[in-house]
Amino acid sequence: MSESGLPEQGPGALLAVDHLRVLFPVKAGLIIDRTVSRVHAVDDVSLSIGTGETLGVVGESGCGKTTLIRALVRLIKATSGQIHFRDLDITAASRRQLLPVRREMQMVFQDPQASLNPRKRIRQILATPLALRGLPRAEIEAESRRLLDRVGLRPEHLGRFPHEFSGGQRQRIGIARALAMQPKLILLDEPVSALDVSIQAQVINLLDDLKEDLGLSYLFVAHDLSVVRHVSDRIAVMYLGKVMELSPAAELYTKPMHPYTQALLDAIPIPDPAENRKRVRTVVTGEVPSPIDPPDGCRFASRCRHASDICRTVEPPLTRYANGHLAACHHPQNVSAAELAAAVRSPLSPTSAGEQLPTLAA
Amino acid sequence: MSEPLLQIEDLAVRFRTDEGAVRAVDGVSLSVERGEVVAVVGESGSGKSVTGMTLMGLTRGPNAEISGSARLDGRELLTMSNRELRAVRGNDIAMVFQDPMSSLNPVYRVGDQIVEQIRTHQQLSRQQAMARAVELMERVGVPRAAERLRSYPHEFSGGMRQRVMIAMALSCSPKLLIADEPTTALDVTIQAQILEELRQLRSETNAGIILVTHDLAVVADIADRVVVMYSGRVVEQGTLDELFYDPQHPYTWGLLGSITRVDSDRSARLPAIDGMPPSLLAPPPGCHFQPRCPHAFERCGEVPELSPRTPDSPGHLDRCWLEVERKRTLRLVDGQIGLAAPVRA
Repeated sequence: MSESGLPEQGPGALLAVDHLRVLFPVKAGLIIDRTVSRVHAVDDVSLSIGTGETLGVVGESGCGKTTLIRALVRLIKATSGQIHFRDLDITAASRRQLLPVRREMQMVFQDPQASLNPRKRIRQILATPLALRGLPRAEIEAESRRLLDRVGLRPEHLGRFPHEFSGGQRQRIGIARALAMQPKLILLDEPVSALDVSIQAQVINLLDDLKEDLGLSYLFVAHDLSVVRHVSDRIAVMYLGKVMELSPAAELYTKPMHPYTQALLDAIPIPDPAENRKRVRTVVTGEVPSPIDPPDGCRFASRCRHASDICRTVEPPLTRYANGHLAACHHPQNVSAAELAAAVRSPLSPTSAGEQLPTLAA
Repeated sequence: MSEPLLQIEDLAVRFRTDEGAVRAVDGVSLSVERGEVVAVVGESGSGKSVTGMTLMGLTRGPNAEISGSARLDGRELLTMSNRELRAVRGNDIAMVFQDPMSSLNPVYRVGDQIVEQIRTHQQLSRQQAMARAVELMERVGVPRAAERLRSYPHEFSGGMRQRVMIAMALSCSPKLLIADEPTTALDVTIQAQILEELRQLRSETNAGIILVTHDLAVVADIADRVVVMYSGRVVEQGTLDELFYDPQHPYTWGLLGSITRVDSDRSARLPAIDGMPPSLLAPPPGCHFQPRCPHAFERCGEVPELSPRTPDSPGHLDRCWLEVERKRTLRLVDGQIGLAAPVRA
């Protein structure tokens, strides 16, 4: 990590992402495909995950959270920026160089139905990664049983096909498959959003247990802020390809600094009628702008109540406040004058961001 | 007391399949008053959507057996001819479906689809219907409505498509709106906007709304009364506050306990409900929740009636054999409402 020189990404970081950009070309033209414009899916994102840490990433559809996760496992090629796994630059590593890294970095997908081969029995689904891990054939069966037990399924399930399971059970199989490689880091892309509430709770509890027992780190991507709060140590809020706020988990909810985070929190109903009646909520109007031609300045400015002229012209830098709480906003909320005076520009800021540090809204 | 807007009594829907009869809905009774939002809550397979669809006549078919009664303003819906039902459907009752992508026809312009519905039920010229469509689209917050009517569904975002669905549902000022998971496919900020639309609609038109959902937070935000379904049956129903603060059925405790909340810190563990809902092909005898219930005892082998069991609130019904006072202590797990983990054999 030494070459990145970012104080927020200490040497303990398991995975560090520096100024990562993923742009998708939009092609048009009759005979020759010309790139007419580009979708800014992930636009200069920097973050890191420490050993044993869970980093939550939240945002609405189209904010780039899934693209981010896919770029990290190199399912999508990054346009620019670096990804380091344990000090090894994997941004441009070859397939062969990636092999040992991929073993330590596994992924669990949103839709367990679509991510398990319907024509294979669970035995085969689990045996493939175990064989890749180099386990002798004789031990594969025993290890598969152990894995199933680990995720709360029974050994007789080995002979079944994916369609014979419920959604929650299928997600458990997806988790068992990821565990088969004995990873250090699991990237979870909306792992519970397709499940019923009572089953969601079971899977979240399972993930909690596994993390504790096996010392795993998670990157937990979800759109549901209440689920993310429950599992994360730190949370990054994304909007239109940018990190808007990055904060210790509890503080994000008690002290949201970015108006977008505030809007997200306000939008979520609380499962308690009395609390809901008490709450003063502002419903944010409008919809997310197009990522093909994202607005200059702050990407949230078009929907923000606090937006001023500077928000529409200058991109706000990620500013570092106490407790390692970062926010990219010219007019941060819930911040005292003293905190504002002590704030510094974070090196995680996008390179295109302005230099000027925030001021309190007039 | 005058008759409620909608009165469902002992509704049962059974589907014949190769493996046997699926009892999707098994004796559901509920009522909806004018201007009231009734939330029907349950997990996948609890029968909540089938109940809504049956009211619209959408489950009729050679393999479906429907019994019981459902009266809208005193008119029986279940025995109505398809022809009569067509006049009611879209006119008196309208439905908003979960997936706005697959419920709009992709090859027709959005405006034409709204106009078609308006002209089916009302004697209006094309121009008049178009004007009404613009009005409706503006009403549900679609910007540049007149222009957008010429767009195709794929040109709309998810939230905008759901608004089109709501506009269409409102086109004939229905007395009853059935919203089947209207916000599940949407982002939270858009969900808040759509819920606001529903709230306004209720206060402006005094329509009754049945909100089918699995999200208790949405329920707490908008519902007046709540009906909890499990495995085809209503297990509990009451006002919003009765259900959240004095829940009587262990399944409701489990549901309330297992939700993650945005306003509270992470607790060590979520009190999840163990196991899975039973198969509707061969449900367990007696109370359907009994195999997953840590408090089950001998009597749970008999089906409990849905009846008022709390002495102070006659409108609060549930299906559980446990005594009220005992339940009030059993349902507390670490000082909060939840379902204790069952003892594994």
